[in-house]
Amino acid sequence: MLTRTRNPDGIADQEMKVIGTRPVRPDGVPKVTGQAQYGADYSAPGMLWGKILRSPYAHARIRSIDTSKARALPGVKAVITGSDFKEQPFEYVGPERVAVNYWHMTRNVMAREKALYEGHAVAAVAAISPSVAEAALRLIAVDYEVLPHVIDVDEAMRDDAPLLFDNMLTRGVEPPPAKPSNVSKRIEFKIGDVMAGFAAADEVVEMNFKTAPVHQGYIEPHACLANFDAEGHGELWSASQGHFVVRAYTAKLLGMDIGNLLVHPAEIGGGFGGKTVVYVEPVAAFLSRMTGHPVKIMMSREDVFRATGPTSGASMTVKIGVRKDGKITAATGLFKFQAGAFPGSPVMNACMCAFAPYGIDNVNTVGYDVVSNRPKSAAYRAPGSPISAFGVESVLDVLAAKIGMDPLQLRLKNAARAGTPTAYGPKHAHDGYAETVQALLKHPGYSVPLKKNQGRGVASGYWFNGGGESAAAVRINDDGTVEVATGSMDIGGSRASMAMMAAETLGVSYDRVRSIVADTASVGYNHVTGGSRVTFATGIAVVNACNKVIDDLRCRAAQIWDVELSGVVWQDGAAHPVSAAIGDFAPLPLKAIAAKRAVTGGPIGAEAAVNAGGMAPGFATQFCDVEVDPETGAVKILRFVAAQDVGRAIHPSYVEGQIQGGVVQGIGWALNEEYIYDKAGRLSNAGFLDYRMPVASDVPNIDVVLVEVPNPNHPFGVKGAGEVNIVPPMAAIANAIWQATGRRMTELPMSPPKLLAALDAPHGI
Amino acid sequence: MAKHHVMTIINGNATEFLCETRQTMLDVLRDELHMTGTKEGCGSGDCGACSVTVDGRLVCSCLMLGVEAGGKTIRTIEGMAEGGKLHVLQRKFLEHAALQCGICTPGFLVAARSLLEVNPDPTDEEVRYWLAGNLCRCTGYQKIVEAVQDAAREMRGA
Repeated sequence: MLTRTRNPDGIADQEMKVIGTRPVRPDGVPKVTGQAQYGADYSAPGMLWGKILRSPYAHARIRSIDTSKARALPGVKAVITGSDFKEQPFEYVGPERVAVNYWHMTRNVMAREKALYEGHAVAAVAAISPSVAEAALRLIAVDYEVLPHVIDVDEAMRDDAPLLFDNMLTRGVEPPPAKPSNVSKRIEFKIGDVMAGFAAADEVVEMNFKTAPVHQGYIEPHACLANFDAEGHGELWSASQGHFVVRAYTAKLLGMDIGNLLVHPAEIGGGFGGKTVVYVEPVAAFLSRMTGHPVKIMMSREDVFRATGPTSGASMTVKIGVRKDGKITAATGLFKFQAGAFPGSPVMNACMCAFAPYGIDNVNTVGYDVVSNRPKSAAYRAPGSPISAFGVESVLDVLAAKIGMDPLQLRLKNAARAGTPTAYGPKHAHDGYAETVQALLKHPGYSVPLKKNQGRGVASGYWFNGGGESAAAVRINDDGTVEVATGSMDIGGSRASMAMMAAETLGVSYDRVRSIVADTASVGYNHVTGGSRVTFATGIAVVNACNKVIDDLRCRAAQIWDVELSGVVWQDGAAHPVSAAIGDFAPLPLKAIAAKRAVTGGPIGAEAAVNAGGMAPGFATQFCDVEVDPETGAVKILRFVAAQDVGRAIHPSYVEGQIQGGVVQGIGWALNEEYIYDKAGRLSNAGFLDYRMPVASDVPNIDVVLVEVPNPNHPFGVKGAGEVNIVPPMAAIANAIWQATGRRMTELPMSPPKLLAALDAPHGI
Repeated sequence: MAKHHVMTIINGNATEFLCETRQTMLDVLRDELHMTGTKEGCGSGDCGACSVTVDGRLVCSCLMLGVEAGGKTIRTIEGMAEGGKLHVLQRKFLEHAALQCGICTPGFLVAARSLLEVNPDPTDEEVRYWLAGNLCRCTGYQKIVEAVQDAAREMRGA
């Protein structure tokens, strides 16, 4: 079902010719014919194959590495270890929420003093074939001193836990602790007086939860091709979520000027946040620079599981108080996140997003960023928010039952509106949340009666959505066709949405616009495709560039007509005289002006760059119906309805696709996906057979309800649609299981063995 | 060790190649024949991104050795469009936005074509079970199922 809630005074009511239609994407045909080139699809003459040796231990000191036998193997052209990379200063760079520490980054790309997780890169070779490279890896002798390890976050926080870094003093604690620990950072947000708030409540519920780390699960393993010349100028073909960021990180780790590295955007085979960081690129670049040959590195799926991503697993405590009338009076959350082997979990996001859908006067959230012997966590779709929402939305469900209120009505009663304060500082600037709840209250499925062993669960979610730096170039060819180039990697149809926004702005048809992703030398800086920012921020850059082009086209029309610029307006893809007083001129369409390019001033085109603010958050509310098999503990999803405020859907099919995809990832997170470690800290399920992501037969259709409350800060009302859809599913499913079975599941995944144990427990859990 | 000389037919073309014993058919397609439309997602037969047909049968090319291709007839994604004209399934995948990143798409198309060859009028559930060997992490599968059903309808002339 597709229903739309429109703001009667909003932008969405403007008449649109292209926005809101569903054309075929510009990059579609190469992707259905096998012509599109992804990271692993590039090769070059004289190319060498790079392979990476990985630690078999979860935690080990590297006493020495002897590479002499590997170097001596015929066909081996280079062998490197971590110490070949230049040392980086220990400092956190950039805004706290997304801070980068290059001392950590270079060690994650290749271990130095210690291997900190099974699969941690310790050396790399470049050789004339994959088999020679693999043989060389077997000849590298690493002398490891195996150390005690720690995997679980609660265990990692204990006083007697093995330390990953013997000088890690928790940041964010005053006075700073005297003793090192695995806690990298403490963070806290506070508003109001939670003690007084809880005292005013009629019902208070406090519960503990655990979530498992889950991998982004992109189908394309990380891969790249690097090619350096003898002067140290390099080119890189990389499948990433941001080739400008890959360039910056790689240049930094190699100690080279950014301008000497050209990065080409290979097609990306899925990212979901996990390809905003570098793993193989600096290694391939280093090996290529050393050998003077192109070097290609591809990860195996096993490498991807052992050494990249995932998002954090967490342990948390959530407490919420409500009055009998449903008003939430106070809420607290304690969130302990596994960062993996290096700091940087999304715990800050978790603290900020946890209660953000609601207007609550008294809130306190505390977060801990905790290292343990797992791969360093990476962003995954609304990073942090789904984890805290699992706790918050589960507790709200318990409270709704206690006060006898419909769970959607409870949420509507407390819904944040424009002007509602947040626990983390700024007031909400946009509506949209309540509208998602109302859309579900009106949904016919919400009142369908359920049968035995079936239950219905509700949950909501919040995500900031991003803005930031983007650039776009728009050029007009002499036949009137239009080229749009941005530097935003296209993961799910953004070339189509850019072309559509350009066509709408210029007043030309969609099929006259060609939209590409340009390399780092051909268009201005674009930050990563992440944070649901591209259709918003890069879209603004495209529209701004189109408006500059329109100004130029008006100038040329004025020149042709010999009138003042102010006498020319642009409408429906043509220059028109602003009034009959200007003269009796037939409209000059874009194509006619383009044909006179040379004699009116030369090439027609403009670039626009923005650091876009004014983004509006994503709100989602979902309900699902499940059936639990009491014999096996298996959960079948019968119905899933997902409402999301997207501001404005430029290409509704791709917006629906984002929501359907995010929900299905959430179903996997809720029911199946987890990392299983053995006693030695080695991952036991590093493959798609045992790390079980949803397949087509596991899931039903996902019924999308697009809610459109336009964002006034975007020319077409866009808010961003990619991420918030993954925030509610885990709690929605847990709440449905509770209704079906009377069992409250507080640990993810809610897999058959766990649910069966809960069903068999004498009084439930 | 000497490489093997293998003669086969790929997308209707007589093709010969040299390969190491250990090279999979996927390695051969991608690294020796430069047919990179067939993708590697796992190398262990779990994701279906490398789907091809061998003598009409749907297989994961990562689970087959290159030397096994001798005397066989292989079809890959590169042979699906004919004479510059997209196969109905390819067109329907585009019209239904059944791909986002597109890395799994060649495998899904090859698998879906195999389904419609044996079952031209499948139920949604039959489509979902047939395609259960192909992983897609972007779409949630719904638009893929819709595209396959729409293609099936058109191919049946319904």
